[in-house]
Amino acid sequence: MNRPSLAWKFYIAAFYLFLFAPLLVVAIFAFNASPFPSPPWRGFTLEWFTGSGAVVGKPGVLMDPIWLESIGNSFKVAIPVALLAVLLGTVNAWVLERAEFRGKTFVAMMMLWPLVIPGVVLGISILAFFSRVANGLEDWLQTDLDLLRPGLSLVVLGQLSFILTIATLIIAARLRKFDRSLEEAAFDLGASRARVLRTVTLPFLRPALIGAGLVALLMSFENFNTTLMLVGSEAPLPIAMYGQMREGASPAINAVSLLLMLGVGGIASVFALTSKTER
Amino acid sequence: MIAKPAQRLTLFLLLAPAILWLGLLIVLPHVEILVLSFSERVAPRVYAFGFGNYLEFFTEPLYWRTFARTAFMSILVTALTLVLAFPIALYIARVAQGRLKAMLLLLCLLPFWVSELVRTLGWMILLRETGVISYALRSIGLANQPVELLYNDGAVILGLVYGGLLFMIVPLANALESLEPAVVEAGYDLGGSRWTVLRRIVIPHAMPGIVAGSIIVFMLTIGNFATPVLLGGKNGLWFTEQIYAQFITRFNWPQGAAFGMLLLLLSSAIVWLGLRLTGQSLGTTLKQA
Repeated sequence: MNRPSLAWKFYIAAFYLFLFAPLLVVAIFAFNASPFPSPPWRGFTLEWFTGSGAVVGKPGVLMDPIWLESIGNSFKVAIPVALLAVLLGTVNAWVLERAEFRGKTFVAMMMLWPLVIPGVVLGISILAFFSRVANGLEDWLQTDLDLLRPGLSLVVLGQLSFILTIATLIIAARLRKFDRSLEEAAFDLGASRARVLRTVTLPFLRPALIGAGLVALLMSFENFNTTLMLVGSEAPLPIAMYGQMREGASPAINAVSLLLMLGVGGIASVFALTSKTER
Repeated sequence: MIAKPAQRLTLFLLLAPAILWLGLLIVLPHVEILVLSFSERVAPRVYAFGFGNYLEFFTEPLYWRTFARTAFMSILVTALTLVLAFPIALYIARVAQGRLKAMLLLLCLLPFWVSELVRTLGWMILLRETGVISYALRSIGLANQPVELLYNDGAVILGLVYGGLLFMIVPLANALESLEPAVVEAGYDLGGSRWTVLRRIVIPHAMPGIVAGSIIVFMLTIGNFATPVLLGGKNGLWFTEQIYAQFITRFNWPQGAAFGMLLLLLSSAIVWLGLRLTGQSLGTTLKQA
């Protein structure tokens, strides 16, 4: 078994080619001076990034308000999701690792549950529930509650519903490795509870907090299924991409994708580095 | 520890975010769609309890056929992903050493950090009539007119298998990692052929990884939306698309809610069955991944 046959090696090579082929073509056709992201090759251009539309017919990503707005919308969702996921995830991790109470196993199981619910179902259930709540509250308060209607705030809630599980698991895994005698020592030296938390426990958790935040940011940025059910008129990036792909997009979509790949690659390498220093 | 009032308060404060999260974003919304799925419109803006939405599902062939097709294709995709991923995971876990091993695993992870839509866009550029493969076939003379490879079941399966591979490779490689080389050697020494050793020693050892990977891939596939819609076009016919159509296009929420419950039921049933048949628990399965 330790000497792989030629066929096996060939299969491995073919597999990695298969894995990267779609990403490579996306990247390559971002630079093609043709109105469609397809062959033949009509020469190298940066118009799809910075062009105003004078040369290739349609504007490049950085000049097109549609793309810029959708990227902005994605940040408006991803940043609150990441902050809330880290904040609430830390408290949840504490519940899982430190608290002792009856029904803890049940709570722990419930926290895993969002991962086995299809994203579309999460989306429609939150949409339906918050519509009912909004209807009830509007009748009662006699005001409009746009926050609970399809839109970016509802997308934040929808994404948080399952990203919080991931953040909780990442932070809980780190908290489990914590040597509690360090806290005891700090208490013995006369530190207050808040001080121990601030100077001993949280610094230990920091890599996991950053890691959980970055993972939450990525997952929020890329989520499609749940978001699709909850968007209003302001589309985050994946929704805008989906719309363009159905209509037949210009290579500006390749340029967006390439920027997204570079951004994701950057965040992923930061994540890989922080998790390496953890060990 | 004795529960003093102060400690109870602390516990309550610690639990509050979890209760709010699970209650408001998970439990109550699911109760809502369960209730909604049993409501029927009897007059404009008037709803009553009834099984009409579920009856509609069983009497309208398009609905249950799409449901059955989604379930069947998801199982097929899971099986294909397993078969394709196994040799890769085996290579990463048992053959590759040191830096090559880390490299291969990292290269596997990379494409999956990228958005599903970007990967689907890549397949569309490769497969469509004016796409790269069609163009290449014409250039080398294998075809004399454009070849449409998109908008068929093959394209949907390809896209879904591609999307599931990583979630299969990682748990498989983790499970295979712990296999003792001596056990494999012993298998050969006792006269087992390559195939016998694989079937009798390697695969049984990898079972927890196989189960974990299959469950995750199945769930991701059955709940997928963008890949079947974009790569399958009108022929995609995925059940999530029906849910979307009822909720967003037709604004028939009770019907959409019934579809959502059915999808949830199907995916939970198959996950539960998979765990039961192999004696694994959900917690350890998720940890494998």
